[in-house]
Amino acid sequence: MSWRLWVPLFAFALFVGLAAYQLTQPKDDFVESRMVGEALPYFDLPPAMEGVEGVSNATFADGKPRLLNIWASWCLPCIAEAPHLESLQEQGAEIVGVAIRDRPEDIARFLARHGNPYSRIGRDDLSEVQLAIGSSGVPETFVIDGQGVIRYQHIGDIRADDVPVLLAELEKVR
Amino acid sequence: MIAELGLAALWLAAALAALQMIAGFMAVRDDGKGELAGLIRPAAIIQGVLVTLSFAMLVWLFAITDLSVKLVASNSHSMKPLIFKLSGSFGNHEGSMLLWVMVMGLAGALIALVERRLPERTMNATLAAQGVVALGFYAFLLLSSNPFERMPNPPAEGMGLNPLLQDIGLVFHPPTLYLGYVGLSVAFSFAVGALLTRQVTPDFARAMRPWVLGAWVLLTIGITAGSYWAYYELGWGGWWFWDPVENASLMPWLAATALLHSASVLASRDALRTWTIMLGVVAFSMSMVGTFLVRSGILTSVHAFAVDPERGTFILVLLGIFIGGALLLFAMRANTINEGQRFALASREGALVFNNVMLSAILAIVLLGTLYPLLTEAFDVRVSVGPPYFNPVGAIFTIPMLAVMAVGPLLRWRQDRVDRIGKEIALFAALVLAALILFSLLAEIALLPLLGLALGLGLAVASLLPLRGRKLSRTPLATWGMVVAHFGIAVALIGMASESAFTEERLAAVAEGGSASVGPWTVVLQGVEPVAGPNWTAIEGRLAASYNGGEARVLTPQARNFWAPPQQTTESALVTRWNGQLYAVVGDRAADGRWQLRLWWKPFVTLIWYGGLLVALGGVLALIGRLLSDLRHRRLAARIAERRADREAVA
Repeated sequence: MSWRLWVPLFAFALFVGLAAYQLTQPKDDFVESRMVGEALPYFDLPPAMEGVEGVSNATFADGKPRLLNIWASWCLPCIAEAPHLESLQEQGAEIVGVAIRDRPEDIARFLARHGNPYSRIGRDDLSEVQLAIGSSGVPETFVIDGQGVIRYQHIGDIRADDVPVLLAELEKVR
Repeated sequence: MIAELGLAALWLAAALAALQMIAGFMAVRDDGKGELAGLIRPAAIIQGVLVTLSFAMLVWLFAITDLSVKLVASNSHSMKPLIFKLSGSFGNHEGSMLLWVMVMGLAGALIALVERRLPERTMNATLAAQGVVALGFYAFLLLSSNPFERMPNPPAEGMGLNPLLQDIGLVFHPPTLYLGYVGLSVAFSFAVGALLTRQVTPDFARAMRPWVLGAWVLLTIGITAGSYWAYYELGWGGWWFWDPVENASLMPWLAATALLHSASVLASRDALRTWTIMLGVVAFSMSMVGTFLVRSGILTSVHAFAVDPERGTFILVLLGIFIGGALLLFAMRANTINEGQRFALASREGALVFNNVMLSAILAIVLLGTLYPLLTEAFDVRVSVGPPYFNPVGAIFTIPMLAVMAVGPLLRWRQDRVDRIGKEIALFAALVLAALILFSLLAEIALLPLLGLALGLGLAVASLLPLRGRKLSRTPLATWGMVVAHFGIAVALIGMASESAFTEERLAAVAEGGSASVGPWTVVLQGVEPVAGPNWTAIEGRLAASYNGGEARVLTPQARNFWAPPQQTTESALVTRWNGQLYAVVGDRAADGRWQLRLWWKPFVTLIWYGGLLVALGGVLALIGRLLSDLRHRRLAARIAERRADREAVA
């Protein structure tokens, strides 16, 4: 009979052990896209404002690798990553932007203030493209090879250390 | 100065908790003969006063928006309405922990002041256990989450309170749940005290019962209010999501419900001694586990903000000491405690034991579902457990429990024959069957909502049967409490089943002047206008809704943009009728100028919360009934003692 009295303590010890183990594990809140390694799905976005070209999946099929940057004028980390996008562009990367749930006048103001590293900007009002390529937040940056296949995903804002990493990823698929 | 005063009071209160603990355990060891035994009760009382003073200082800091205090600067804003400034004092980690220890201090002071039924040795052990628990929380507050920390360079303006929390419901929701958790901590202290001195008696159950009842009432209100808040504030139209945070409040409620019933058996029949002790420990451990899961962030979902692993570790250590210690004590002591009176299977006790086992099974299912993602993540598999698991698996145990709940209160204590209440059972079964057949013929309903509707209707009638043949004015309040609470469960169940069986949803893009219909409602979008509040701007839709072509009622759902901190929320608009609610949300504007409208027609959905309130009301009635009869017993005992003293004096 008396061994049964130890069962609750044993179960509780299991819980504490599990919880303690999980607390020591680094927490990874990033959701990685399952689309890495897959071709871009079909999409065709209108231009985000006057004077720029829109974006479609055909944009990526001309043999040249590009960066696809998911951003928005209302997103604070996007301001932080703006200078690093500029330096990526200066070092030869072509960056295609997709503006998420945004307004043309806000986009124009953002680009006037923080610079415009984009070759094209598409406007994704319903996050359709964002969800289709497996991005769960803003900003995110994808490396797309010349055949339109997603090769690499960077989650969060681009920091100074990430610039060479992204350039190397671009070089890999060239 | 105010912050320093609050901090000093908190340190002093912690020191008194340590004194209460040490003096309590010494008194248990040397049987109350030591010199320190006289200090236990005063220590508990003064501690309650000091910690209340400390909390008052924090509220004051928030009221005057003293931005040199870090907590105020990061959670408040001078432009916020006063009521939300005040609620901001406990709408954050540090403040809510201070609220917790304050309530705990007050509870300890109250026991020390009024509880005289138990043997003094058990009382000392109980207060010592209360001291251990309180000291743990003081340590947590003072060492890792000091609410009074100053900032060297105060900012010009505060960061504001999360706008989702700037809602009157949320002013009351967290304190209610906390009060409930603390009530369970008192029950825990009683259980540990009784276990230490091996005096698990009906008196112990009677002393513990008001705390369990009070905690249970508050948990019921807290869960009901939280569910309604999620329903109208989150704008998703659902009322329960099996989210870890919701489960964290449901699990203590399930354990407290079981504890409540087994404590009743112990109080009136002197049976189920070890089981009641076990549930006392489990109920409090569930509130601690819940707090840990929510606060440590190990279960938070994708895109959560950073959480502090240090705090999680601290709560886990406290949890290990409190619960691990109590369970160890239980394992070593429980077999020296007599199980108490025996009873037949067909008896009130038998039905209550069945209810207890079912509640424990449901608790185990919810716990397992909540912890499962944690378990699989250890093997690098990410899963989320939701309604497809909780609903059917929970139903396996809920359905038999509801059936027994309908007839159990009609059985007699100790020993009874089922055929004595044959008529009542037949009535219940006939009602359930008739409802099953009727609803399945009338509409196409999934199995679970169908069973819910039928059982709910049967239970609603059966729960009133214990009043039959009684003089209503002379029926004890506690019996009324049981009847009302059981009836409330039936009402809530009907609401839940009806919501999931009959809800109609409509998502439409509507131009100004256009209309959309859902169920019996026709909704015309009259216009969309910008509006502004004290710390937000919004677009507001003007909707005219008419029921079956009747007179139109105007609804104004909003999409709000708060600017401190920047965040968007949806304010749903509701039209409540006796037979349900129309729920409307206005969304974004599409490129062609039409607005997204989301409309739900939810027949009888309000019964869910009315039912919850009835359950709580039942608890309140029972609590008042118990307290009044305690008071009467106390007066009677005092008078008898007086007479005896007189007689002795005469002799």
